[in-house]
Amino acid sequence: MKSRDPLFWRRAAAIRAKEWAQIWLDPSTFGLVVLMPLILMFLFGSAVTLDVHGTRTGLIDLDRSSASRDLAATLSHNSYFHIAEHDSVAAAEPALRSGALRGFLVIPDGFERNLANGQSPAIQLVTDGSQVNTAALLASNLRGTLRAWTEARAREQDQSFRAPLSLIARYTYNPELESRYMLVPGAIGIVMAMIGSLLTALIMAREYERGTMEGLLSTPISIPALVLSKLLPYYVLGLASTAICVAVAVLGYGLPFRGSFLALFLVASAFLAAVLGQGLLISAGTKNQFVSTQFALLSGFLPSLLLSGFLFEIDSMPVGIQWLTYIVPARYLIPPLQSVFLVGDIWSMFLPNILALLGFGAFFFLRVTRAIKRQIA
Amino acid sequence: MAEAPLLRLEGVSKRFKGARRRAPPVEALRGVSLSLAPGRRLGLVGPDAGGKTTLMRILAGLVTSDAGMVELLGAPPEQLDRSEVGYMPQGGALYGELTVRQNLELYARLRGVEPADSPERMEHLYRLTGLAPFQDRAASKLSGGMRQKLAMACAVVAAPRLLLLDEPSVGVDPVSRQEIWQLAMDLSGPGTSLVWTTNILEDAARCDEIVLLHEGEIRYHGPPQGLAGGAEGRCFSRQLPQGVRRKALQDLLLDPGVISGRIEGAQLHALTRQPRIPAGSGWKPVAARPDEGFATMLDDGAALQPSALAEAFPLRFDQPDQPAIAAIGLTRRYGDFIAAQDISFSVRPGEIFGLLGPNGAGKSTTFRMLCGLATPSHGRGTVAGRDLSVARAEARQALGYMPQKFSLYGDLSVAANLRFVAGAYGLTGAMQKAAIDRIIAALGLEPFLDSAAGLLPLGVKQRLALGAAVLHTPPVLFLDEPTSGVDPLVRREFWHHINAIAARGTAVLVTTHFMDEAENCDRVLVINRSQTIAQGTPDELRRAIPGGKVAPSLEAAFFSLIDTQRRALAEVEA
Repeated sequence: MKSRDPLFWRRAAAIRAKEWAQIWLDPSTFGLVVLMPLILMFLFGSAVTLDVHGTRTGLIDLDRSSASRDLAATLSHNSYFHIAEHDSVAAAEPALRSGALRGFLVIPDGFERNLANGQSPAIQLVTDGSQVNTAALLASNLRGTLRAWTEARAREQDQSFRAPLSLIARYTYNPELESRYMLVPGAIGIVMAMIGSLLTALIMAREYERGTMEGLLSTPISIPALVLSKLLPYYVLGLASTAICVAVAVLGYGLPFRGSFLALFLVASAFLAAVLGQGLLISAGTKNQFVSTQFALLSGFLPSLLLSGFLFEIDSMPVGIQWLTYIVPARYLIPPLQSVFLVGDIWSMFLPNILALLGFGAFFFLRVTRAIKRQIA
Repeated sequence: MAEAPLLRLEGVSKRFKGARRRAPPVEALRGVSLSLAPGRRLGLVGPDAGGKTTLMRILAGLVTSDAGMVELLGAPPEQLDRSEVGYMPQGGALYGELTVRQNLELYARLRGVEPADSPERMEHLYRLTGLAPFQDRAASKLSGGMRQKLAMACAVVAAPRLLLLDEPSVGVDPVSRQEIWQLAMDLSGPGTSLVWTTNILEDAARCDEIVLLHEGEIRYHGPPQGLAGGAEGRCFSRQLPQGVRRKALQDLLLDPGVISGRIEGAQLHALTRQPRIPAGSGWKPVAARPDEGFATMLDDGAALQPSALAEAFPLRFDQPDQPAIAAIGLTRRYGDFIAAQDISFSVRPGEIFGLLGPNGAGKSTTFRMLCGLATPSHGRGTVAGRDLSVARAEARQALGYMPQKFSLYGDLSVAANLRFVAGAYGLTGAMQKAAIDRIIAALGLEPFLDSAAGLLPLGVKQRLALGAAVLHTPPVLFLDEPTSGVDPLVRREFWHHINAIAARGTAVLVTTHFMDEAENCDRVLVINRSQTIAQGTPDELRRAIPGGKVAPSLEAAFFSLIDTQRRALAEVEA
């Protein structure tokens, strides 16, 4: 058994050719490789967002002064808000209750006068507390806008105005502070994790279910050759899916691409080695396509979504869970992916991650070759 | 023996875990010792679940034995040079969506033959199998016989020293069976030893040696004549009186001194437990056949009981002249292809009607139209007096259907499957329980009740499928190749039940590839290339061959009829 098979590569090539022929004849592979990334990228890029834009906000101007008009105009021009003017609180309340408004703002009578007197006039904000996040974001966005407006106005009227010492935050890499910039590279990771494990989850189980495994095992092909030749075509397909995702990210969502293709290729390859191996191991272990698919989704998709730092920051997880994230391959993919898009190549950070992923790949490969026994029971 | 044996097994045992928890382990092989010299051909026979497939897998190096010594090609199994062994598993292990060429070339490369480097080898295989015109056809689109031949070619492509074929002729028609047999002979010979498993004793008997495996033990190993020898002096035949063929057979089988019986032409054959003439007059001693030796060897001494399956059927002779099944000009087109053309026949209550024909001739299509599973393009069918085009649901309730392919739930237990089918036919409560208990007792399913149906041996699967078809004691029974792939004992048992059920007044429509089974039919219809080529009693069919002669057997008549049509069609084309 241990002696090197002189026809190792030839036999592997024969299986590889067979895999390609099967892929070519199976329309569902196309769906998995091309359509699924497009759909998932669309969903993650467009529907899942942590930003609040165009919050429907009512405005009741009881002062009707030039100052209040100026404030109203400033708010209207701000893309965070979508301002609708109402005559009275009584008119705005039903709209809030029905959900047509997320909140409304009341500029009180005597607003301009108080402002001129140097007092700080109170403005009332009523929000819909049942939408906690939106309400909190609305309040903080409004607070910021008001401060900016007050300062600007004071500066106009008094040249010697000095704003109190204030923190100026510089949001590097994501100057617009768009959550999409963080989400899209993460989404690519999720898509790759899902496609990678699904692609290979089916292929060994299929051989067992159709009885063709018995035929293959009766030939002289060695198990590593079999596993390797099963992996390669799906690695190529996985790279194709990745390329589609990257194209959507850059062309569709306008993400910058500050790193190099080489870095992307290396990181993606290492990650695919890990997830394809994971799918293959599931497939060889269950020998059943249905169970295998379920298992691949559970073990590939969910941990990648929850534990990779994609949606939830790892640093704010309980320590035990933080440890758990170390066995989720996506954890090693998403930070390099984010920096390839937003920062550039940071090899000192890429290399350990690539090594970790290759370690996963090697582990799964060895497990699979041992899980496939030259036995039919 | 001058040469070292190619295979040597010494006291080999193998046990598997039971299918369910608490189930005792299954002893697949018990102390099997066997050796085979180079260049010999060995036919491996035995009842289902007797250990044939396990033994084949041990020979292919795919199952390791628990005890005993295995030597394959002069080496222990873990050092087996797999390129020297050509193994065709049951079902063939082909990739249905890939073409004939892709399948063959895949296995060629895996076995170390580069197709481009040895075109003459590939050429040779295509010519032998007759697959040359179909190289670019998907394997799943081949007929059953063609598929088996392709699988054989895949196994033998590297000219191995040992060729292992597991059931290569299961489910194929007599014509293809002949061709597969011939192919196996052509592919083996001086340089290549052959081991093949089959339930068709006639085929096995044409090998150099025969091994009979039963309950994991070798019961016979020797020349084929030796197997028949066991039944020598116990085989008798007599002239059958007209019109009582099946009744005479049934009476014979219930004789405690008789192991089995069969109808052949106008003769009734009997195999007795003791070398004594059975009851009745006119018996003459005849030569024993290998399958009779097989039956003798496996005989458990218990007399066949009257079929408990049939006893539950009500007597249905109130309307003897109204056809229970009628096909009136049934035609089915799929695009340009006509799968069945103008098929007409009728079956009276209590009649067994056989549909015979090669694979792909249109038998199953006709069957499916009569079951309401396919809509006829022209013509119509009635079942138990109900027109299928208007009263499909009632017609279905009136029939029991045993499909060719196992169609119960593989992951459910035998008991759960029976409960499901009973429920589907509207049997509930005490009625359901009684019906299920009857089936379990009559078909000996007790030991398998908790096993997943998909993991059962083929013969048990078929018994379960038959049981499911007759649970609701329907007036019409459709059986599509009920005995395909089962051993001779189960076949005998099946026909015993079928004959008894028909005797209660149930109409039975049956397809089969075994011509000796067709002798049980009152009338048969031969379909080839979608058309009826002959219809009548088995006796009439034997007289229907050209040249005014009488064919010696139904099989000979079948070959002759098919050949006549083939030549007539060739003339028309020319």
